[in-house]
Amino acid sequence: MKITLQVWRQANANDEGRFETYHQGGVNEEMSFLEMLDVLNESLINEGKEPVAFESDCREGICGACGMVISGSPHGPKKAITTCQLHMRSFSDGEEIWLEPWRAKAFPVVKDLVVDRSSLDRIVESGGFISVRTGSAPDANAIAVPKSNADRAFDAAACIGCGACVAACPNASAMLFTSAKVAHLGLLPQGQPERFSRAVSMVATMDQQGFGYCTNHGACQTACPKEISIDLIAMLNRDLAIGALSGA
Amino acid sequence: MSRVFVFYRSSIGKKILMALTGLVLFGFVFTHMLGNLKAFLGAEEFNAYAEGLRSFGAPLIPHGYFLWAFRIGLIGALIVHVVTMVQLWAMAGGARPKGYKQAVHLEDGVSSRTMRLGGIVIVSFVAYHLMHMTIGNVHPNFIVGDAYNNLVVGFQSVPVAVVYSIAVIALGFHLHHGIWSMFQSLGMNHLKYNHLRRVFALAFTIAVVVGFLTIPVAIATGIIQ
Ligand code: HEM
Ligand code: SF4
Ligand code: FES
Repeated sequence: MKITLQVWRQANANDEGRFETYHQGGVNEEMSFLEMLDVLNESLINEGKEPVAFESDCREGICGACGMVISGSPHGPKKAITTCQLHMRSFSDGEEIWLEPWRAKAFPVVKDLVVDRSSLDRIVESGGFISVRTGSAPDANAIAVPKSNADRAFDAAACIGCGACVAACPNASAMLFTSAKVAHLGLLPQGQPERFSRAVSMVATMDQQGFGYCTNHGACQTACPKEISIDLIAMLNRDLAIGALSGA
Repeated sequence: MSRVFVFYRSSIGKKILMALTGLVLFGFVFTHMLGNLKAFLGAEEFNAYAEGLRSFGAPLIPHGYFLWAFRIGLIGALIVHVVTMVQLWAMAGGARPKGYKQAVHLEDGVSSRTMRLGGIVIVSFVAYHLMHMTIGNVHPNFIVGDAYNNLVVGFQSVPVAVVYSIAVIALGFHLHHGIWSMFQSLGMNHLKYNHLRRVFALAFTIAVVVGFLTIPVAIATGIIQ
């Protein structure tokens, strides 16, 4: 296949940035999207040009590094996958594809398609510790967890911190991410002692990072490669209200 | 006090206040629509209803006091709704300094995208509506105490009826997203009943829009005169 790429190029956070056009031939439809970019970069290097910077690590959908907006969709047009799991067969021959970084004040561009997502780490850090008994390892089933809570906590814990929710949100809000991080502890017995104070401090940090607020559009859950549900946002709203008003 | 401050300072706290005041306003709008339908019962019933609102709670509550308490409550709710909206809007406005070349539109509809615009249409309309039907200073033939006359004469003007209808439709869009969004903001969420929230929002939106629109239509067609 042959495709046309319109790629966002930006040397660093202070650079204005612009789209550059690349006509890429020799694309195999079995290639993953990132392999296609590797091929592009090889030809750029051969021509003595600067390769396109993009992030990737696991290339199997579990690390959250590889996000970019592909023709208006975070992680591309397919549901429930990351950019690295996208294949060129999802595009047609001759297609023009636009590549942009996540765009949010809280995600400054490092270079080209790479953004700095440390703001998400700061939200997690502000969650603090959970109180657990240390020492000898506890018996595996010593603490009973209702099956439905275990399932929901596990679903929440599937969040890989990719930031697609922020990228998709019309307000660049990080509510889906934060709600997932608050919920996967808040739904389990081990997370109960600090449940409400954790919600308050993580939301306070979220608000300080320059994200927008949540208008319940639901674009985040559509974009999320792990299909995190906005049900968790409702739960976060409840936990925040209880936490703030009870002085937790 | 500090608890209230922690709550209000948070984007979620503001959003919850917006949802609570939205609920109050929605409750009012719905009751107002039901009350308006009394116009179909004729001048006497309608005027008695309007007077009833003034003398509500009498003799325990002095004449007119209930109505004023009600108005102050509503205006307060509207102010909180709008102030939190402006503060949150400012927050969202700065959150994406550089937009996408290719628009990202994964959200599900016009109603969610027009909340702020619709809100501006609604406040402007409310100001006009009060001058038209309550104060009467922009009404061609306002008679104090004859709400029925004010309604019928007011709506006999086609441009006025059109403006009302547009505002009601704008309110419909606002409620279609707003009522659903309210459940979510208030954390009213249960896996078993979640799908009903959209149904509820749509049903009440249709009830409010259709209910309000019947009045100008009935006046234009002479059913109410
Ligand atoms: C009759 C008047 C009104 C009613 C019944 C009403 C109702 C509602 C409801 C139920 C919500 C949902 C709250 C939530 O998202 O949790 C809402 C949200 C909202 N309202 Fe209103 N509202 C009214 C007037 C206004 C006015 C005058 C403005 C603005 C000037 C406004 C702007 C907004 C905005 C921007 C949202 C939030 C959308 C979002 O962030 O998701 N509304 N409204
Ligand atoms: S909630 Fe989904 S989209 Fe957001 S960071 Fe987590 S995995 Fe990515
Ligand atoms: S590279 Fe790890 S999720 Fe794509």
